[in-house]
Amino acid sequence: MKILVCIKQVPSSNKVEVDPVTGVLKRDGVESKMNPYDLYALETALRLKEEKGGDVTVLSMGPPQAQAVIKEAFAMGADRGVLLSDRRFGGADVLATSYTLSQGIGSAGDFDLILCGKQTTDGDTAQVGSEISEWLGIPSVSNVIRFEKVDDDSVTVEMDLPNNIERSKVSFPCLISVDKDIFMPRLPSYTKKKATEDRAVVMLSLDNMKDKDDGHYGLFGSPTQVQRIFPPESDVHQEVWNGDDLGSRLYDKLNELKFI
Amino acid sequence: MEKLIFHRDKITDLDAFKALCPFGAIEEKEDGSLEPNAACKMCKICVKKGPFQAAEIQEVHSERPHVDKSLWNGITVYVDHVEGKIHPVTYELIGKAKELASVINQPVCALFLGEGITKEAEELRHYGVDEIYVYDQPELKEFRIEPFTGAFEDYINFRKPGTILVGATTVGRQLAPRVAARMHTGLTADCTILKMNENTDLVQIRPAFGGNIMAQILTPDNRPQMATVRYKVMNAPTRSDVKTGEIFSRKASEDKLQSGIEVLEITEKPKETFIEACDVLVAAGRGVKKPEDLAMIEELAELLGGQMACSRPMAESGWVEAKRQVGLSGRTVRPKLIITCGISGAVQFAAGMNNSDTIVAINKDPKAPIFKIAHYALIGDLYDIVPKLIEEIKSRGENTKDEEEAV
Repeated sequence: MKILVCIKQVPSSNKVEVDPVTGVLKRDGVESKMNPYDLYALETALRLKEEKGGDVTVLSMGPPQAQAVIKEAFAMGADRGVLLSDRRFGGADVLATSYTLSQGIGSAGDFDLILCGKQTTDGDTAQVGSEISEWLGIPSVSNVIRFEKVDDDSVTVEMDLPNNIERSKVSFPCLISVDKDIFMPRLPSYTKKKATEDRAVVMLSLDNMKDKDDGHYGLFGSPTQVQRIFPPESDVHQEVWNGDDLGSRLYDKLNELKFI
Repeated sequence: MEKLIFHRDKITDLDAFKALCPFGAIEEKEDGSLEPNAACKMCKICVKKGPFQAAEIQEVHSERPHVDKSLWNGITVYVDHVEGKIHPVTYELIGKAKELASVINQPVCALFLGEGITKEAEELRHYGVDEIYVYDQPELKEFRIEPFTGAFEDYINFRKPGTILVGATTVGRQLAPRVAARMHTGLTADCTILKMNENTDLVQIRPAFGGNIMAQILTPDNRPQMATVRYKVMNAPTRSDVKTGEIFSRKASEDKLQSGIEVLEITEKPKETFIEACDVLVAAGRGVKKPEDLAMIEELAELLGGQMACSRPMAESGWVEAKRQVGLSGRTVRPKLIITCGISGAVQFAAGMNNSDTIVAINKDPKAPIFKIAHYALIGDLYDIVPKLIEEIKSRGENTKDEEEAV
């Protein structure tokens, strides 16, 4: 079985603030890690490979530094890594991102199963997986909490809905977004890390895509435009309490508000 | 369209210039020139804050789609439902849609996809929807993404709505992106504020970049413009006894309803009380030092007749179950009372609870962002305040009970 996993490099910290004086965005360092939700997708892929054979390719899009997360995936057991990197991919919204990824998947090979994490921790939209499946014209299921069965031409999965579990058989090729906690992700192995040190990451740019029209990528290919960014406003009526005995004061207040 | 260009000769302190970029996207090439790399988000901070003319925005002629906005009209709400039972987020979106529609004087429409739902569509007529479109077809019995997208596409091509609002439910979060990709249009997830410009552009505001920042987003050159909104963010209108609006029945053609998904079985999950349904929540954050200490948070929640919730780090560390997590990566709640204990309150958390009626925040750090949205900002140690409060409730609560019994 040929499996592809979409992964993303995200900032380690979500402490992004706007400096109230200068208006500059501040991040506590630019250290980066693999999006934690992607670890579950990668773990799922590795387990399916162990059970059924085949190989696992990881795909990411980002600046050249994003090779780090692909290397990390190698150390967990991924066989092949592809990074889509081109300044013309920059500034992409969900539509342009998913289009670029779908083009990259097309250039990377044929796959039976594409796995995605639930969402990223820097965008939090949870939309990219579903849009990729549309560009590829394949069935997709999100919020998957269990792989029940893997056959030669399909998978049987369980989708978690608020009140129900929907069990369905999805034919290959397909895209599945897995929920957090589907499996416990393994740690990168030192031996694997050493063994894959020299393994190259396949770098693809816009020129390697089937569609070379740069109007479909990055900022140009993005229907949504960020007009401005601003710190959240707060206009609440507020009481600030300091000092000792806040516990008793809180009791009185909750009593007054009839919560007790 | 715009393009970002750097002029190396205008930059004296290269490191300082590179440090301006919050995304680390300013890259030095081998020939010494500078270029934005793929991490660039076009926030233009380098233009505003860099040395004069160091970074420049150039207008680039490109083929942006040109859309005749007058051909697209009305605001459509996707009716989220399970077997015909309408999800309350639908009414909240109808309320918002009416408000937005009044700015541009356009109708509010509802799109209802399913099987055996025609009767349930009547209920929507109590909420002031102008046009209700129903696709009642056997292929739409269970949620499968391709037939639902196909029927949605049929509706968009036929009705040409300018704006589409979808509830960010499990189904909505899969369906809206697939429809947006099919229509080659923009979609903004989890909007917390929506406004309408007079030129029919929808102003979409949401927390961005996973941090303490809001972004205002437009879809200026594409229609329909699409947004998802979480449950309990907008306000539902009150149900009117009078029925208004008209129901139209439509069918999508066979070829739009094909699917590679076969639903084998739907099983009901055991009923449980979700944190969304609670009137009182006590939320634990990183200020709680050991897993054992969660017992007092739970005890307080129980004494107040509510449940324990938590912030992202607590769920990620596995101390608290993920289903109790509040925030953009967890659940959105709107209780009558929420007491946050040792939670700093990043925007992604705040977006999941800032519509609560009463917010009490306990934190040692007076600069914690949670205090910006708290009604009662308690600057102190949760390890003093929580046990004391529990003790007070127990002792003084007992007294009132005794008094009641005496009466």
